[in-house]
Amino acid sequence: MTKKQKKVLIRIILTIILTIGLEVVSRVFFPGEGDAQTSTFTRWLMLGLYLIPYLVIGYDILKKAGKGILRRQILDENFLMAVATIGAFALGEYREGVAVMLFYQIGELFQSYAVGRSRRNISDLMDIRPDYANLVQDGEVTRVDPDEVPVGSLITVYPGEKIPIDGVIEEGTTMLNTAALTGESVPREAAAGDEVISGCINLTGILQIRTSRAFGESTVAKILDLVENAGSKKSRSEQFITKFARIYTPAVCISALALAILPPLFLLATGRAPAFGDWIYRGLTFLVISCPCALVISIPLTFFAGIGGASKAGILVKGSNYLEALSRVKYVLFDKTGTVTKGVFEVIGIHHNEMEERKLLEYAALLESRSTHPIARSIVNAYEGKQDLSRVSDLAEISGHGIRAKVDGREVAIGNAKLMDSLDISYIPCHHTGTVVHIAIDGSYAGHILIADIVKPEAETALKMLKSAGVSKTVMLTGDAKAVAESVAKDLGADDFYSDLLPADKVSKVEDFLIRKAKGETLAFVGDGINDAPVLARADIGIAMGALGSDAAIEAADVVLMDDDPVKIAGAIAIARKCMRIVYENIAFALLVKAACLILGALGIANMWLAIFADVGVMVIAVLNAIRALRAPGWMRQAQNRGVSAENV
Amino acid sequence: MKKTYKIEVDCANCANKMEEAAKKTEGVADCTVNFMALKMIVDFAEGADEASVMKAVIKNCKKVEDDCEIFV
Repeated sequence: MTKKQKKVLIRIILTIILTIGLEVVSRVFFPGEGDAQTSTFTRWLMLGLYLIPYLVIGYDILKKAGKGILRRQILDENFLMAVATIGAFALGEYREGVAVMLFYQIGELFQSYAVGRSRRNISDLMDIRPDYANLVQDGEVTRVDPDEVPVGSLITVYPGEKIPIDGVIEEGTTMLNTAALTGESVPREAAAGDEVISGCINLTGILQIRTSRAFGESTVAKILDLVENAGSKKSRSEQFITKFARIYTPAVCISALALAILPPLFLLATGRAPAFGDWIYRGLTFLVISCPCALVISIPLTFFAGIGGASKAGILVKGSNYLEALSRVKYVLFDKTGTVTKGVFEVIGIHHNEMEERKLLEYAALLESRSTHPIARSIVNAYEGKQDLSRVSDLAEISGHGIRAKVDGREVAIGNAKLMDSLDISYIPCHHTGTVVHIAIDGSYAGHILIADIVKPEAETALKMLKSAGVSKTVMLTGDAKAVAESVAKDLGADDFYSDLLPADKVSKVEDFLIRKAKGETLAFVGDGINDAPVLARADIGIAMGALGSDAAIEAADVVLMDDDPVKIAGAIAIARKCMRIVYENIAFALLVKAACLILGALGIANMWLAIFADVGVMVIAVLNAIRALRAPGWMRQAQNRGVSAENV
Repeated sequence: MKKTYKIEVDCANCANKMEEAAKKTEGVADCTVNFMALKMIVDFAEGADEASVMKAVIKNCKKVEDDCEIFV
């Protein structure tokens, strides 16, 4: 609790003690209090006595109300509370007067405490801000503020510490815990030469890191900035509440005034007893209910908590408006390479080989070892063995066809079907999808190697989960050839696919779907964020995957998945849905209770005690409900806990 | 030209009122107050002098909510 909050708490306790004391005293000494016969003296005495706790609890509100009048802010809540309570006193309802003020303060205290707690909660969730960096200068290690570390300095990170600034490891090997950034609890290995990003926790080894950025430009600073500013893009629900609050309070106040004046005047005009006191009391009850606090605080708090909970799961949402849009996603369009596939080519089969697989791969790797083409690299990676390049001679690259060379004196040719045709070698075509590399040795066919981009193991589940989350259409957009696209789409169970698309075609496809979708439905595009930036921007919600360490992705997208697990797309939707459900619950609950209390108040059934509940009670309940959004839905938490055992290494 | 300022305010409704007041200030093209993050993001109008505009913003905010602070 802050000092300010403690002071209010003391005043609240003091008021409660004083009021209880007063009750006891008045019951004992003035048992007839409240009766018509009570003497004027006793009434004045009671007024004086009740004024003590009233002023203890309410002096600051009265002061603020006074200032408000001078500034012509008569609808400010302090003013309303002051009028309601002074009115209650004037009507002789001392107890109610004190109680309204007391509960109002309790409500305010609770609200400020809850808001403070969730602010802290979220910074704890995002506990990635490093407090210091160990700067190495002239062989000496000093602890400095990360902000003061220049680019290109050497820093040391000990086991158990956070990496403070992005950089490259110069020395040391370790395991890194990226859970705070990605929600993924399985540690990653890192060794000299690897790029590391700030916010990861160094688990096992001592690292020497050469910084490649200033702290302010580092991943951790960017993420913190993004999460902290997420609430600045307001959702429609928030805008609605702001507008509503602007109308609600004046409307209720005018009704309160009308309620206090019109009925008695009408009664008077029709020759009946005006009962001024009764109607004024009803008017005052209205004033107590007129405060829009519950709504105004609980909605942004829910979004704040939702965004915080999502960050914990490694899903960064850039604004509450995106959370809202995410909850209504009906179309999910996604890129293939890097999104549902690993985005790296791998050898997935060697077919029709005349010799041992490994031997064939060795020949292929020897020929391809100098090439930087991704296909060539995948063959070299698949071989894994040491290559003696001196065995290769007369190497000739035939552009668009392949490579020919002599290995151990044997004539080896490796390449596509065109190469085989040009050499007049009959080959066996592959019936699998992917890139086929044929090999001929000494003029006769030796078999082929099949290379393809592998579908991520989680991708199929991810699409199924999208469907069960209520997404009506999943469509794959890819620049790849039709055959490859078709087989991947079939494997995954995507509803539709479009192949051979250039980046501009992807934008126009997304636009087609944007026209087709019904009002209130939204479209999300999931891509890797690097070459999909225009599409990410065009879709209602652009989701970038595997964004850890990629600035471009963090910039371009509305929702950023820190690791490349496609299951998180459905996770993000689930979090958004939960958050929106809480928002609607709070709006409906607060409005219903307030409306009910207003009606009952106007009819004279509800007294000021019920009005206090409508004001403070509803706010407390709404705030407690809002905080629920901090926890991700159950299945997401389970998914995250899968790797816990690995974390304890 | 957008700038972010740290603010201090106790209630969410007051934050909304500050936002309104700041929006109406001359030289401010748009303004968002983020109550949860306690931040005010001011989008200055073309050619506006930030320092003097912020002075006016503070004055207007104090008018609607006495108990607020904007750290310029």
